[in-house]
Amino acid sequence: MQGISRRGIGRLALAAAAPMTVPATARAQAAPSGPPIRIGYSMSLSGGLAPNGRPALTAHKIWAEDVNGRGGLLGRPVELVNYDDQSTGAQVPGIYTKLIDVDKVDLVVSGYATAIIAPAMPVVMQRNMTFVSLFGTGVNADFKYDRYFSVNCTGSKVKETFAKGFMDIAMAMDPKPRTIALVNLDSDFHQRTAESARFLAKELGLRIVYDRAYPPSTVDFGPIIRSVAAARPDIVFAGSYPPDTAGLLRAASEQRVNFQMMGGPMIGPHATAQKLQLGPILNNLVVWDVYAPEPTLQFPGTKELIERYQPIAARENTDALGYYVPPMAYAQMQVLEQAVKRVGRIDQAALAADMHANQFDTVIGPLRFDALGEWTEERNLYTQYQGVQGNGIDQFKRTGTQVVLYPPRYKSGDLRKPYTAGA
Amino acid sequence: MDPDLVLLLNGVVSGLLLGGLYAAAAAGLSVSFGMLDVVNIAHPAFMVLGALLVALLWGATGIDPLVLSVLLTPAFWALGAALYVAYHHFFERRGDEAIQGLAFFFGVMFIIEVGLVLTVGPDQHFADASYANTTWRIGEVDLPLRMLVPALLALSAIAGLSLFLRRTFTGRAIAAVAQDREALRLLAINPVRIKRLAFGISIAFAALAGGALVVVQPVDAWSGHVFIGRVFAIVIMGGLSSLGGCVLAALAFGVLENVTATFYGPSWSPAVAFGCLLLVLAVRPQGLFGRAA
Amino acid sequence: MSDATLPAAGLAAPRRLGHAGFWLATAAVAAALLLALRGIGSEYAYFALTIVLQYVVLATAWNILGGYAGYVNFGAAAFFAAGAYATVAFGKAMGLGLLPCIGLAGLVGGALGFGTGVLTLRLRGAYFAIATLCLSVVLQTIVVNWSYVGGSRGAYVLRPREVPWPFDTYSAYLCAVLVVLAAASVAIARTIETSRLGLGLAALRDDEAAAEATGVPTLRLKLVATSVSGAMMAVAGAPLPYIGSYVEPGSAFGLAYAVNAIAMPLIGGTSSWAGPLIGAVLLSSLQQAATVTISSAANLLIVGVLLVVFVCAAPHGIIGLFRGRR
Repeated sequence: MQGISRRGIGRLALAAAAPMTVPATARAQAAPSGPPIRIGYSMSLSGGLAPNGRPALTAHKIWAEDVNGRGGLLGRPVELVNYDDQSTGAQVPGIYTKLIDVDKVDLVVSGYATAIIAPAMPVVMQRNMTFVSLFGTGVNADFKYDRYFSVNCTGSKVKETFAKGFMDIAMAMDPKPRTIALVNLDSDFHQRTAESARFLAKELGLRIVYDRAYPPSTVDFGPIIRSVAAARPDIVFAGSYPPDTAGLLRAASEQRVNFQMMGGPMIGPHATAQKLQLGPILNNLVVWDVYAPEPTLQFPGTKELIERYQPIAARENTDALGYYVPPMAYAQMQVLEQAVKRVGRIDQAALAADMHANQFDTVIGPLRFDALGEWTEERNLYTQYQGVQGNGIDQFKRTGTQVVLYPPRYKSGDLRKPYTAGA
Repeated sequence: MDPDLVLLLNGVVSGLLLGGLYAAAAAGLSVSFGMLDVVNIAHPAFMVLGALLVALLWGATGIDPLVLSVLLTPAFWALGAALYVAYHHFFERRGDEAIQGLAFFFGVMFIIEVGLVLTVGPDQHFADASYANTTWRIGEVDLPLRMLVPALLALSAIAGLSLFLRRTFTGRAIAAVAQDREALRLLAINPVRIKRLAFGISIAFAALAGGALVVVQPVDAWSGHVFIGRVFAIVIMGGLSSLGGCVLAALAFGVLENVTATFYGPSWSPAVAFGCLLLVLAVRPQGLFGRAA
Repeated sequence: MSDATLPAAGLAAPRRLGHAGFWLATAAVAAALLLALRGIGSEYAYFALTIVLQYVVLATAWNILGGYAGYVNFGAAAFFAAGAYATVAFGKAMGLGLLPCIGLAGLVGGALGFGTGVLTLRLRGAYFAIATLCLSVVLQTIVVNWSYVGGSRGAYVLRPREVPWPFDTYSAYLCAVLVVLAAASVAIARTIETSRLGLGLAALRDDEAAAEATGVPTLRLKLVATSVSGAMMAVAGAPLPYIGSYVEPGSAFGLAYAVNAIAMPLIGGTSSWAGPLIGAVLLSSLQQAATVTISSAANLLIVGVLLVVFVCAAPHGIIGLFRGRR
């Protein structure tokens, strides 16, 4: 991978020469000079996490080009050093020891997801490095490392807040729902999300009529949806990963279910391929998300990032739209960039202090970290797919296809109900 | 009707449909592992190869995935035949097939999977059949065509294969080859040629199963792992060389899984199914539907 | 690379060495290796060697059943994960450290191996292989549903703050533990190989029916082999939670362990204790190197391609190549 990142730097000259990709102010900047600032991390480029790891890497590369086009970091060029961990946690400690001891990187960030972040923690903690992670849930709850910062919108009170948006939307319906069904994949993330839904449902006095987890090897989701429907819930909160999301939604459509509301952290339509495959089945599904191309979620640099990402994705055959991981991955690097700029030197302790103290303005909006390194203010988006027709890709680029229902400050549309086949 | 009865009925029916998919995946293995004694652990990987090829071709042409998978069978037959030639040359001829042969297919499985990741990427691929969104309803019982059509295709292909094995001379020679190679020689049949043909058939079935799989669910390079345990379990429970037993075992496996998922929660369904297999192996190693050795 | 000294020293050892002599020789090699490591003193070297040695234990353990007795175990990952989860469970329940956990993991693995042996007494060849594969699935399902050890969420095992004397870092300590474990497992394998037990197992491998007819206690031998092999695989897995600080079923039961446990002895040669050692050192060093050089999905291909090439072209492994030439 080093080869590619060097090529990335080689492309700088080109990037600087191409005015359309570089902001006008950047052209005036001097070219970066001096020894590069090396940022090391492991990234899942093969294995189960690769569909999200590869777009994350693309976003990182775009960031590096942007920064170097603006004159680098502290006047020095930025260089990314990353290795493929094959989505295997066991590879990760070795990769980080190599990065720190042999490659002598200046800064480290994490790869994608909890299973990759957690094994890196002991190595990073031993060297007292500041660590900005990507899409980890509750990693620091056990380690309690004061130089850990998480770029994931769930915040530190997952149990109290994760499903709150979903429940708020549901309780605002008329008539109010009285029963709820919980279905989730048996995995770390989805156990936490189901726990949150269970907790909030009890608080709101919703009766839980179905509450089961299913194993990752499930092939046929018909029986699960049928048992859920037989329990006659008003609303359904489901947590799933891509292959199962397709299975659950198809089974729901085949059985013509009719729930006042259905959705939750059903990771699946976040990937472009699945958006296209499911098409109209997605209509009225209320999905947890981290970003949606809605007018209420436009921050400085968001549009430019997406516009640069999509052609590269088409070339490299990764996720075509890039609304899920790339903005978060870009923001991960922005946090690092802004802290380094404010501190003015590479000093791990000072960087951590800066990250604790200040707000960061990123492509996914402003964010701030608490003592455990989670966001002080969680930002779980609940979005609803509306008016999807056929399986074309362009409708998903338009506003109004995936409207934001929650939180109120980013709201861009109103709930449509019920969730049923052919809505 | 009593709601529990409806659930049970639907659990059984959907289990039968799921069993059809399992039968498709296991039938090829029943030929290679059951009849030829070639422990092709890469069989599910070939199925995934077929599924991803179907998905790519579907993306390019828009032809129905199951039709595409049928069109792929000759190519897969040739692939299987070539693989068998290599296998025979390196292992069977030397009498090393036990450990070395197992390891060979383990390696082949790895090569296929990683090769797929390198060429088509780690993402999920899908192919939509025109009937995938239709569901027939008979009384209270749902028959989603997404599951029904692949199951029917699989079962009819297996029926065809079964007829071929029973009625034709070559077919009987295949059934005989595992039992007594020397006897075939006496009939002036080259057992290697017969086994090559049969192994090709088993891989061709993997292509069919791949087509069925990609209609049922999105597929990535590792989708085969879920099936390794299941297909071997089915073939063994079915009593190895018996295609009928294999189909029965597949259907039983599907029903067991889905009824468990309906009533006791899905998290225990794999353990129930594999626990049954372990018991079968411990108590009746010749399989539920096999003859005593 | 320092780890290359291990097989070289092993091969050079005289063939007719007695058991005690061989144990002493391995102990000497282990001690030399530890000293050499202190000299290098790089954390990364410790780490890489830890992984390589873990595979040495795993491959050697697999070979006791797979190589000597001819029973292919596809479920190596299950035993390995059983060891890892034994560490998690005993560490949590009784607050035990790494060393007692390794011992207990050995017991758990041995019991599991014995159970597998009893359950699969009547199975031969491919049936046994499939049964072990199923065992792996059942065990994984149990761990996923067992919330005490984290279930599918995984479990965190934090390294203790104090590092045992005389090591400067915990990685150095872990590496030293694995040097000892690897040396011990190679010595155990060699002892078994040259004892009556090894002869009996070889008879089992060549023709089980004939062995039984001539009075070899096949059942007992098989149970001993499955227990010893299972115990050693679990021992290989026991340090895993401390290496990564985090275990989850998906990676502890990873297919990579099952594949490597089979590929390494086959590439090295299954007939002798040196085979799995050579195979493990070669293949896992290669994988470690590939992870940080090629660093793409292509490095997974190495295992597959090497395995296929070796079983086709050199069915008796690297050892076979040497013996053939002699």
